Formats: sequence, C-alpha cells, structure tokens
Amino acid sequence: MELTSGEKLNQTKKEAIRRGFAQGLPIYLGYIPIAIAYGVLATQSGLTIGETTLMSAFVYAGASQFMGVNMVAHGALFMQIVIATFVLNFRHFILSLSLMNRLKHFPLRVKALLSVTLTDESFAVSMAQEDEEKKDNSIYFYLTMFLVAYFSWVVGSLFGAVIGDVLPSALSDSMGIALYAMFIGLLIPSVKKEWKFGLIAVISMLLNFILINYLGFSDELEGWAIVIATLAASSLGIVLLKGDEG
Amino acid sequence: MLAIIIGMALVTAVPRLIPAFIMDKIMFKPWLNRWLNAIPYAALGALIFPGILSVIPERPIVGLIGGAVALAIAFFNVNVIFSVIGAIFTVFLLTM
Repeated sequence: MELTSGEKLNQTKKEAIRRGFAQGLPIYLGYIPIAIAYGVLATQSGLTIGETTLMSAFVYAGASQFMGVNMVAHGALFMQIVIATFVLNFRHFILSLSLMNRLKHFPLRVKALLSVTLTDESFAVSMAQEDEEKKDNSIYFYLTMFLVAYFSWVVGSLFGAVIGDVLPSALSDSMGIALYAMFIGLLIPSVKKEWKFGLIAVISMLLNFILINYLGFSDELEGWAIVIATLAASSLGIVLLKGDEG
Repeated sequence: MLAIIIGMALVTAVPRLIPAFIMDKIMFKPWLNRWLNAIPYAALGALIFPGILSVIPERPIVGLIGGAVALAIAFFNVNVIFSVIGAIFTVFLLTM
C-alpha cells in the first residue's frame, strides 16, 4: 500500500484526484480485457453495439452481464434473466452497507452516485484505504476512482463490440488473473497488521468453496454463496474484533 | 432487449442504492459496527476463492500459482499494481 495510517489527513483536491486515479489503476487494467470479452460475446449473442454498451452503462456488473447475454442467446424469459441478475448482484447490497457505514458523513448525492457505481473492485480498493474518509477532499478520491472504473468498463465494452477481440488470446487469458491478484494485494497489508482479518478471509473462502462445490450453490447461485459466506465469516468479527474499534 | 437491460439495471441498482439512504438514519450498536467492519475481509476472501481456480478453467493450479505470486509480492508492501502485473506475467508464462 502507498498509504499507511498516521499519514497526514490533509490533502488538496488535486492530490485526492491523482490518488483516486492511481489507486484505481489495477481496476482499469483488470476491467478492460474483461469488458472487451463481454463486448465480443454480447454482439455474438445478437445484441446491437448500442444495446451492448447500454447494458454496461446501465447495469455495470460484469458477471451478471455475461450471464444475461448468455441467457438471451439461449432464449431465456425476461423474468428468468431479471431474477438471476438480482440473485447474482445482491452481494452489492452487503458491500454497500459496509461502505456507506464508513461514508455516513458524505452528502447524500455523493453517496447515491458512489453506491450506484459500486462494484466488488471499487469496494475493495475503497476499503483498503485506511482513514481515507477522514481526509480533506476524500470525496474527490472516491469519485475519481469510481468513475474512471465505470468509464473503463463502458468504453471497453464498446471497444469489444465495435473492434472485436483484438487482444491476443494468450494475453487476455493471462489478464483473467488481474482482479484476483488485486483482491489479494489489497487484503495482505491488512492481514499483516492484524491476523484476525486473515482468519476471517480464510474462513469466508472455505465457506464459499463448500457452498459452491458441496451444497449446490453453483452457476447463478454463486451470488448467494458469496453473500452467505461473507455474512457468516464477517459475523466472527463481532467476537474477534472486540476492543479493536476506536 | 431494452426491457431486459432496464430490468437488469433496476434489480442491480436498487440493492446498491438502498444503503446510501438508510445508513445515516441508523445508529448501530457497537457489535453491529464490528460486523460491518469485518465485511471487507470476508468479502475479499469469498471473491478470491474458489473463483481464482477458474482463471484457466481446465488447469486450476495456474490460478493458484498466480495467486501465490500476487501474495508473495504483496508481502513487500508495494503498490497493488505490482501484484497484478506479477500474477499476469506468471499466468502468461505458465500457459505459453
């Protein structure tokens, strides 16, 4: 991490924007190849270039968009697609609860904009920035990071729909690890500071693995597996983190 | 198609938005705050595993090795981007 606790809490607007851009860099790098792949798949599934891009701009949730265009290609019904999307994306409700609890003091219109563009990745980067919400101009940090991630997704989708699969497959396959590596890179500094965070993460991994592989939460039900594993593992924090909060 | 896009957009946006409107009205008990504060770590865990095994679906070990490289790099307290680039490079070499 570039930042550690105890670093200065005053930052100018310009610094906040610059940092928001820099901390979001792994997200843009991860999104672009996936967005291109989505754009290619969506147009192959019969969506127009406009529909492909509009879905990225309005839905802005990668996994559910892949699932959605796949279901369209297989002739699924409107309600089936909408319900499956709800199930897959409901985890954002939990993530949003956690982030909005930290950003309580932000103006409502900023919170509305951040929450509606919240993804697994923008959430992860936000939560890894210790004390960010207490800094001056931190609103600009979050807005920059969230909006650049959003535009990289939308523009990447458009690019894939118009130009097609331009990345060599060896490269785009390798880039499939980018967002996982980012999650790991964001998690480790916290774990080094406090082993209990690592324990919570590992228990969540195991629960998720068991739910998906042994309890039938596969495919579009993976959304529920993530929600259940996250809620169950984080509830250990109630006991484990006692006395840790400020 | 437009109806499907709007339907998907609504069921995605509403759960994301609700917390923005309810959180400042609720004062949480400390135990509930501890739960909410632990969510990022649990969420990251569930987002990493077992999903990382499907980076190269027919060879789950490739994702694991890429993840191990990202983890090793992250231990040096460098910017996350180095973990990302290191992992991409590792998977690239393993799939050549």
